[in-house]
Amino acid sequence: MSGDGLTFLDRPNSYIGRSVPRPNARRLLEGRGVYVDDVPAARLAHVAFLRSPYAHARIVSIDTADAKAMPGVIAVATGAELATVCTPWVGVLGHFKGLRSAPQHALAVDRVAWVGEPFAAIVAHSRAEAEDALAAIQVEFDPLPAVVDMETALDPGSPAIHPDLGDNLAFERLLEVGDVDTAFRDAALVVEETFRFGRHTGVCLEPRSILADWAAGDGLLTVHHSCQAPHMVHDILCKHLSLSESAVRVLCKDVGGSFGIKVHIYPDEMATCALSLMLKRPVKFVADRLESFQSDIHARDHRVTARMAFSADGDILALDMDDLTGIGPYSVYPRTSAVEANQVVNLTGGPYRHRYYRARARVVLQNKSPTCQYRAVGHPIATMVAEGLVDLGAAKLGLDPFALRERNVIPDDAYPCTGVSGIKLEKLSHQTALAKLKAMMDYDALRAEQAAYRERGIHRGIGLAAFIEITNPSAAFYGVGGARISSQDGCTIRLDPQGGVVASVSVTEQGQGTEGIIAQIVATAVGVPMERVRVISGDTQSTPYGGGTWASRGAGIGGEAAWQAGKALRANVVAVAAAILQSDPESLDLRDGAVVDADSGLERMPLSELGRIVYFRPDTLPPGLQPEFVATRHYVPKDYPFAFTNGVQASYVEVDTETGFVRLLKHWCVEDCGTVLNPLLVDEQIRGGIVQGIGGALFEHCLYDSEGQLLNGSMADYLVPMAGEMPDIEVAHVVSPTATSEIGAKGAGEAGTAGAPAAVVNAINDALRPFDARVSRQPVTPEVVLEALGLI
Amino acid sequence: MVAEAPQRERAIAFTLNGESVRCRAQSRAHLGDLLRAEFGLTGVHLGCEHGVCGACTVLVDGRAVRSCLMLGVQADGTTVETVEGLTESGRIRDLQDAFHTRNALQCGYCTPGMLVSAAELLEEGGTPSREVIRDAISGNYCRCTGYQAIVDAIETTAQARHAARREAAE
Repeated sequence: MSGDGLTFLDRPNSYIGRSVPRPNARRLLEGRGVYVDDVPAARLAHVAFLRSPYAHARIVSIDTADAKAMPGVIAVATGAELATVCTPWVGVLGHFKGLRSAPQHALAVDRVAWVGEPFAAIVAHSRAEAEDALAAIQVEFDPLPAVVDMETALDPGSPAIHPDLGDNLAFERLLEVGDVDTAFRDAALVVEETFRFGRHTGVCLEPRSILADWAAGDGLLTVHHSCQAPHMVHDILCKHLSLSESAVRVLCKDVGGSFGIKVHIYPDEMATCALSLMLKRPVKFVADRLESFQSDIHARDHRVTARMAFSADGDILALDMDDLTGIGPYSVYPRTSAVEANQVVNLTGGPYRHRYYRARARVVLQNKSPTCQYRAVGHPIATMVAEGLVDLGAAKLGLDPFALRERNVIPDDAYPCTGVSGIKLEKLSHQTALAKLKAMMDYDALRAEQAAYRERGIHRGIGLAAFIEITNPSAAFYGVGGARISSQDGCTIRLDPQGGVVASVSVTEQGQGTEGIIAQIVATAVGVPMERVRVISGDTQSTPYGGGTWASRGAGIGGEAAWQAGKALRANVVAVAAAILQSDPESLDLRDGAVVDADSGLERMPLSELGRIVYFRPDTLPPGLQPEFVATRHYVPKDYPFAFTNGVQASYVEVDTETGFVRLLKHWCVEDCGTVLNPLLVDEQIRGGIVQGIGGALFEHCLYDSEGQLLNGSMADYLVPMAGEMPDIEVAHVVSPTATSEIGAKGAGEAGTAGAPAAVVNAINDALRPFDARVSRQPVTPEVVLEALGLI
Repeated sequence: MVAEAPQRERAIAFTLNGESVRCRAQSRAHLGDLLRAEFGLTGVHLGCEHGVCGACTVLVDGRAVRSCLMLGVQADGTTVETVEGLTESGRIRDLQDAFHTRNALQCGYCTPGMLVSAAELLEEGGTPSREVIRDAISGNYCRCTGYQAIVDAIETTAQARHAARREAAE
């Protein structure tokens, strides 16, 4: 509640909950966005990187003399040369006990550990000239044995990628809750499955990009960066380039997709900044698509063997799982590559009531591209494992999969409570969401339709997936482990003389609509028309300090900061107006850009008049009155480590049992992100997330050969979902606001990706049920389906 | 006989967004690079440079073309339109409005190419089905939206144009 008796929803001229279009979308529609590659810079130089052709090799020698003589070349740098400017890092955090990695350099020194690892750089007047000169660098390698398959990475005979570590185990976590073995022994039914999750990556349409400009005279390194967390990058640049905090400015304007890909520290990007320092001029790096596939973080690559115990009448009793994941040769800095496996342990089976749970996760090193946090980190794996087992159990018990879920979810009236893995749940709505989904998809009619089609030899399937999602992380996510990643965010709002409002925020925009919802919140909180609000984000010099936008935190955390700042500014403004109007501040309000009588709503003074007096005729103000038309507020969730959300998805598919092709007919999602600030934006976040989840379920796969060579590093070979094969998606919401903030918003950015793969794979298996065939390996390509059917 | 030295650049002239332009084009540069570097048309987005993602789509002599698959020198004598030109002329104002209202874009990187492909489809007239629309934009990848809002926006625009044409005919 907003403290003045009105909730944000009742405030006059509230924009909250309305489907207003994003103010910043118009320029993108006119081709006038400013992505990093569009930023002009005088004396701009371009860098291209020489990348390892081997999965693992010692660099015996590098001869750069010929390259230096090539036309247009400004400088050539090897790993050793760059290391004099940029210090190495190690991607570990204190709260992942035992997590190990090795020092990683911006450009590899002496040894390369994956195909695509950069180890030399050429700076030239154009990117083309830099690439021409790459071919003139002479390198002698001594290939080393490569650890490619995560399944054998821990074998005693497998060489340790980093000999100092002794073996390739980077991290292990074992969680055991209750007497799991007894629960399994006493169960009426135990089902077991091994699930495989292919490696995939984000494929942001705008590749990773950075433009670093060291102005020696100013002592300022200005970095235009396509990223999600500019303050984090700022801090890390200071640390590894030995610069003071005031010597760096990170700007992050339009970002062409990120999805977690652009929240990590990348060697080539650090090298670009170091090269600018070395050359005292702007240097730009824009990854080409092959570089993106080889050097953007990958994700997933898990193998999970799991079993679930049921009672005879369908109670889930226990879950036992073993997760193995390969993360490449280094744990990625600074968030580490242990998070996904850790999330799998925390989340698997999270919607359900069982009290016995055992999960082991092992995170192993291998000579492939590093993996790290990508949209819905761990969620698609956790959801697939539990939901796959639930469907198996339902089939074995002869129970309807909907009914089995209804029976087992944590009831809506049980909150707050603690989930089996120890996660603290404030308020979820599984039962309401299931009921809403059932009605929305007309479940019974769809089952009847499926049966009718089956009689005609057409194999359709219905798949369900209930899930929980981690949003609004507190310092428990990274800060407690020693990562200098802010979990608090801020908003500064300034009222200008004509009644215009400028809001600068530390959360960032990558297309979700962050600036849009901030404008809605600020307009509502202050009491001005939305078109008077200009939002500034993505500039470490002019916005408050904060974390940025990741882990579904922009609306819930940044939005609350904006709400509090807006309320504070309104109170300041009303106090000054009251003094001028000789009225009680309690009797006044700010609405639609004017000071009004709170009871009648009649205008007492337009903001432009107030602004004129305050800024240009302060001499006429009552003595002792100092107006403050700027307000800043920060927010961090404190009551719960995370604001969990929940939802349930359903997929309806048709499987061609001769070709193995899967046609997506329809998809539904009901989710609960608390207060829906803008239904238009939330629904499109959900839909986009679902399609990314479908990508991982059916198409996307980073394929490697046994030598660790990436086989499909182009968009022609790596498949992503296209418009023609995607279904229409119906989205609905249950609204359980979090009581930890006034606006009550939780996150929504990852819910779609969390549940979609499990829904689709369960639907495929439902379609295949008459054949006693099952798929459990993603992506479910036609080949996987045909294998399951025993046809190949 | 001495082999002729490869011609590294060539003078070309073409019509760009309604204006007559000339420049020296590097023979190895694709049209997308040329439009961005020589003319500052940064609405031409390079996503894959393999002709797959569609972000760099422009109109060449009225047809949608991947500007990364055509050399800059091949633009000589043609008429090229980019999202900037289509915006300025107002030809896709209704489509842009529909995209805006429907939130048929998120990060905006695919958007210029998507609009150009949609513009080509819409100029064929009629009211294409959702399936036809989905097929027509299948050469334009979008990683953010899941496509449905884009299909909605194109469908809305097609229907509005169709209604306007019928009204004009009556």
